[in-house]
Amino acid sequence: MRIKARWIVAGTLGAILVAGVLAGSLGAAEKESLLVQGSTTVGPIADAFADAFMRKHSNVSVTVKKTGSGDGAKALIDGRCDVADLSRFMKQEEYTRAVEKGFLPVAHVVAMDGVSVIVHPSNPVKALTTGQIRAMYRGKIANWKEVGGTDQEIVLYSRDTSSGTYETIHKLVMDKKKMAPGVEYVASNPDMHKHVSTTKAAIGYVGLGFVDEKVRALRVDGVMPSSRTIVSGKYPIARPLFMWTRGFPKPGSLIYAFVTFHLSEEGQEIIEAKGFIPVTNY
Amino acid sequence: MSQSPEDSDRRAAAASAGFDRPLLLTPREDLLGYVGSLTGRAGLFLIAASSVLAVFLIFVFIAREAFLFFIQGETPAEIAEFLWNRVCEVFGSTAWYPEQDPAEYGMLALIAGSFYVTFGSVLVAVPLGLLTAVCLSDIFPFTLRQVAKPVVELLAAIPSVAYGFFAVMLVKPWLQETFGIPSGANVLNASLILAVMAVPTIVSVSEDALTAVGRPLREASYALGATRAETMVRVVIPAAHNGIIAAVILGMMRAVGETMVVWMAAGNAKQIPHPWWDLTESVRTMTATIAQEGMDTARDSMHFHSLFTIGLILLVFTFVLNTLSEFLLGRMKFRGAKP
Repeated sequence: MRIKARWIVAGTLGAILVAGVLAGSLGAAEKESLLVQGSTTVGPIADAFADAFMRKHSNVSVTVKKTGSGDGAKALIDGRCDVADLSRFMKQEEYTRAVEKGFLPVAHVVAMDGVSVIVHPSNPVKALTTGQIRAMYRGKIANWKEVGGTDQEIVLYSRDTSSGTYETIHKLVMDKKKMAPGVEYVASNPDMHKHVSTTKAAIGYVGLGFVDEKVRALRVDGVMPSSRTIVSGKYPIARPLFMWTRGFPKPGSLIYAFVTFHLSEEGQEIIEAKGFIPVTNY
Repeated sequence: MSQSPEDSDRRAAAASAGFDRPLLLTPREDLLGYVGSLTGRAGLFLIAASSVLAVFLIFVFIAREAFLFFIQGETPAEIAEFLWNRVCEVFGSTAWYPEQDPAEYGMLALIAGSFYVTFGSVLVAVPLGLLTAVCLSDIFPFTLRQVAKPVVELLAAIPSVAYGFFAVMLVKPWLQETFGIPSGANVLNASLILAVMAVPTIVSVSEDALTAVGRPLREASYALGATRAETMVRVVIPAAHNGIIAAVILGMMRAVGETMVVWMAAGNAKQIPHPWWDLTESVRTMTATIAQEGMDTARDSMHFHSLFTIGLILLVFTFVLNTLSEFLLGRMKFRGAKP
């Protein structure tokens, strides 16, 4: 191409690019936006809610950040986000700081998170107590025969410490104590499922939605995990998942619609699809 | 000095002949030219220096975040004591519990995990890679070499997450069934896969080193009556030893820096294997720790800074290995260039 023609083409492309960027940003400025930040456990639910919202209302833009429950609470208190996802209740210091800043944080329970303890289907053990599970993860019980199984060394699987599922186990089963050094760590619920279903002497834990016929869920303290036992609180390894707002949101506002979405049928289907238990039963 | 009539005549003549650059420059044009060339050289230098700057800035960024992990306290005595305790904990304790209360930051198990996996892979990859390089440079006929070399290099093009998936789905159950071990995600699994990943690097560089030895040396050896095997083992490989060691070090660097494969296949248990030679135990490497915990740690917490410290240790180790291999490669080229 001749030099002049080359510059004309480059200039035109550049102008189109700039125009596109400007148009995009202008278009975005007219949308109503909502910032949701917090737990990585509640994050997938918030993501799916955001998708459903943005599909139904085209002038709404919802951004979900997954930086951890602690970070989410801090962001809500500092005013950097509109809704905070937390997989736990607010700590005393967080709550008092919020009140000092001039608002009362309100918790909305959007789902229940139940963690099933799973083993390989060939494992004869069908039930364990939380005390036994704790002893296994601390390395005090090392062989399956000590709890009524076959003579095999126990292979322990856990999620890494940043996971919400790990936090549940850490609080409700491990009593906040350290796990043994020989515990193997996996990255996600599907990974855990994959490892336990292929290792005969394995024990691990997953969210209820990830239990299928390739693994066996154990009775913990005599209770089998299911939606009913988790919602009623009978199953010991269960916890509620929260979305927090500054004060109670005005009915009809975008925030109100977002934090009450779990009460609708679509919201419940989303929660079940993500492997959690909806708090209501339609 | 102003333009004389002869100069403008000369210009007119040159222009009509097709030259549009002046044959005689005015002082102003000369100065502009000089400044222009200086600016151009400076610009090119900045572009080239930007890559050096990037490396330097990466170091500075990681070191700055890691700094806060080691330096706490007000008086110099407090700082020194804290620093000493921290260093002892980091390099002496295997208890890595950063989210516990109180947190423990013992990195020995992580460092040992990286070492185990790296040396395990080197143990498998070096014989395999070196023999392949020997085959490719000296033994295979030309047509076979033309086919084999690209196939070996293809191994380097496979994404590491695909290797990791392969390790978990196929190698892990295979290890469990063949050796009867309870868990197939261990040092052995990760070493095997890392060896396959390191082999293309080792083959490439070793083959270059062996070829750089040149025909004269080989022909001299044959002329003295050595067999092919003796020539290879006693003459060519020793002559290429600089390049071969560099190849091994580069392969090691690949293995040390690998994250996805070890995260999926090494088991991630925070321990040093119990009898130290038991490769069927699960370990956790430094890279897997950063990958696993880096994404969800709260910023500016001590856990955050400790992850940067792990990154710093990794960076220093890789840097040392890289410098060593560059030095050896330089020596190889120098030696190879000798007549």
